[in-house]
Amino acid sequence: MTTTVAATNTDLERGNVGRLSDWLFRNPRYLLVILFIPPVLWLGVIYLGSLLLFLGHAFFSIDEFAGTIIYEPTWSTIVQLFQPANFDIILRTIIMATVVTIASAIIAYPFAYFAARYAKGKWKAVFYLLVMLPLWSSYLVKVYSWKLLLSQEGIIPSVLKYLHLTPLLEAFLQLPVIGGNSLSTSYFGTFIVFVYIWLPYMILPTQAALERVPLNLLEASSDLGAWPGQTFLHVTWPLALPGLIAGSIFTFSLTLGDYIVPQVVGSSTLYIGNAVYLQQGTAGNLPLAAAFTFVPIIIMLIYLSIAKRMGAFNAL
Amino acid sequence: MTVSGSNAVSFKGVARHFGTVRAVDNVNLDIAEGEFFAMLGPSGSGKTTCLRLIAGFEQPTAGGISIFGFEAQGVPPYRRSVNTVFQDYALFPHMSVLDNVAYGLMVKGVARNVRYKKANETLNLVALGSYGERKPAQLSGGQRQRVALARALVNEPRVLLLDEPLGALDLKLREQMQVELKTLQRQLGITFVFVTHDQGEALSMADRVAIFNHGQIVQVGTPEEVYNRPRNRFVADFVGSSNVLSPAFCKSLGLQEKWASLRPENMVVTHSTASKPKLQQTIEGQVVSVHYQGAATRLHIVTQRGNTLTAVSSKNVYVAGDVINLSWRDSSLHYLDDAL
Repeated sequence: MTTTVAATNTDLERGNVGRLSDWLFRNPRYLLVILFIPPVLWLGVIYLGSLLLFLGHAFFSIDEFAGTIIYEPTWSTIVQLFQPANFDIILRTIIMATVVTIASAIIAYPFAYFAARYAKGKWKAVFYLLVMLPLWSSYLVKVYSWKLLLSQEGIIPSVLKYLHLTPLLEAFLQLPVIGGNSLSTSYFGTFIVFVYIWLPYMILPTQAALERVPLNLLEASSDLGAWPGQTFLHVTWPLALPGLIAGSIFTFSLTLGDYIVPQVVGSSTLYIGNAVYLQQGTAGNLPLAAAFTFVPIIIMLIYLSIAKRMGAFNAL
Repeated sequence: MTVSGSNAVSFKGVARHFGTVRAVDNVNLDIAEGEFFAMLGPSGSGKTTCLRLIAGFEQPTAGGISIFGFEAQGVPPYRRSVNTVFQDYALFPHMSVLDNVAYGLMVKGVARNVRYKKANETLNLVALGSYGERKPAQLSGGQRQRVALARALVNEPRVLLLDEPLGALDLKLREQMQVELKTLQRQLGITFVFVTHDQGEALSMADRVAIFNHGQIVQVGTPEEVYNRPRNRFVADFVGSSNVLSPAFCKSLGLQEKWASLRPENMVVTHSTASKPKLQQTIEGQVVSVHYQGAATRLHIVTQRGNTLTAVSSKNVYVAGDVINLSWRDSSLHYLDDAL
């Protein structure tokens, strides 16, 4: 048969590469195996492997006098987390991460809504540029710039002084907990810088989620008698929730793990990130550093399971 | 406030412009209560914009719309006693089928057990009683269509707007839904306003049809009227297919020198060698192409004068190149009022 002959001929005309691709076409499972080996090696062995090796140290303890690790399984290091000094660090970090996340969500939502609903063509590009631009400059530069803005002789207090609003700033700094000697040494300063640094990570997923809410669903809701507020509550909000949750995972976990911002701007108190940094570095207490590292992981697991139970992923 | 009798919907000189685009231009229209009204036209002819004007998603640039005698300008969609079945259904993906149907009652504050009872009844009406727990994504296209219908009907609208509701369904399902929609409309007695670009759908379902072109209504009438007595060339051509005969062509046949339409099914095709049928008009032509369509065969024919005509034959015996006779009664010819 002519067709069979033709098929065989083209098969023979091909080189080794051609034959290999033909073989992979007939055995797609091997293609998957070849594609998967590099990421599995990277994620499984190098990334997860070293992380697990490190986390495993949480179940060992340190010899206080010799400073060496005693390789005997024990809960004593984990228990140390609940000592007041350590537990304070955990609590402070969780509260900061929560407040930063909520503030980011409140600021990000109108931005994202505007970009998803009204920005078209060129304006959409401008929006992306504005949101992403801060991400292109160095993280350290941004944090130190904020220190300059917030410090006692910095730009913000100077502007307030020029406007004769210094008493207002002083009254604000008198407030318990969030106040301090100056904006740059207060919890409020840390909070502002965190929100500034992580905001793009909240805006982008929220915008993507809002963009996927079809306009005709909003029309349908209105058509069925829902007031704009009801449409927001029953249609827009639940459909945008996965985006906000995705964004909050970024802002929450990034705040939980950060150790630069609290060092540069704030009241020089410790956060989980600083604790890990100190314990595994200067203190050489690898087991306690590992125990601290467990905290954000467990908090995130709890957070995700609550989000799932709230139905955050139903619309996915 | 104008009260316009028993009209469900009334358009008076309505226009809707988008920048320089005149989507709807000077439309006057009365839709009677309890009527099954179809808006038919090619895409971009303004029929969907008219529907959106009734729903309240659009506001007219000029003119007035009244719904049951009440001026509708400035009234938001959530305050109108009309409901819409959307072209792509627009079901809420994060809610179950039952919650979708109960939505209109929920936002109006109907108690939980009452609204679920009514939603279930309406789902039974569209034969989806056991599908309440599912999500829209788990349903087929036809089932989603019924959910969209139930979601609108549960609110007991006085006018139901349907925006090409059967467009996404396959032919068999579409025909079935056409019958069901018509039955449902008779049963409920609600005014249906139905937008479609499918002339077969409009003719088979509607009590009256409005033909749209370029943002204006070209003709309104019963399906029979618009099919048998098209006002102009556009209607003749768009509703069913028709041979539009030029004044010169009519004159050459000894008829009035006017534009006329002649339906393909009203012409008799015979081989030129066979005896001519005893009808008033017979002309000779040559078959250019043959399109077999099962029950009938459609023939494209060129006459000796160079006019192209379409004819339908129940027999599939002709091939391209055959010389044939085309015959018809003068009474089958319909003169058009407007040339356009």
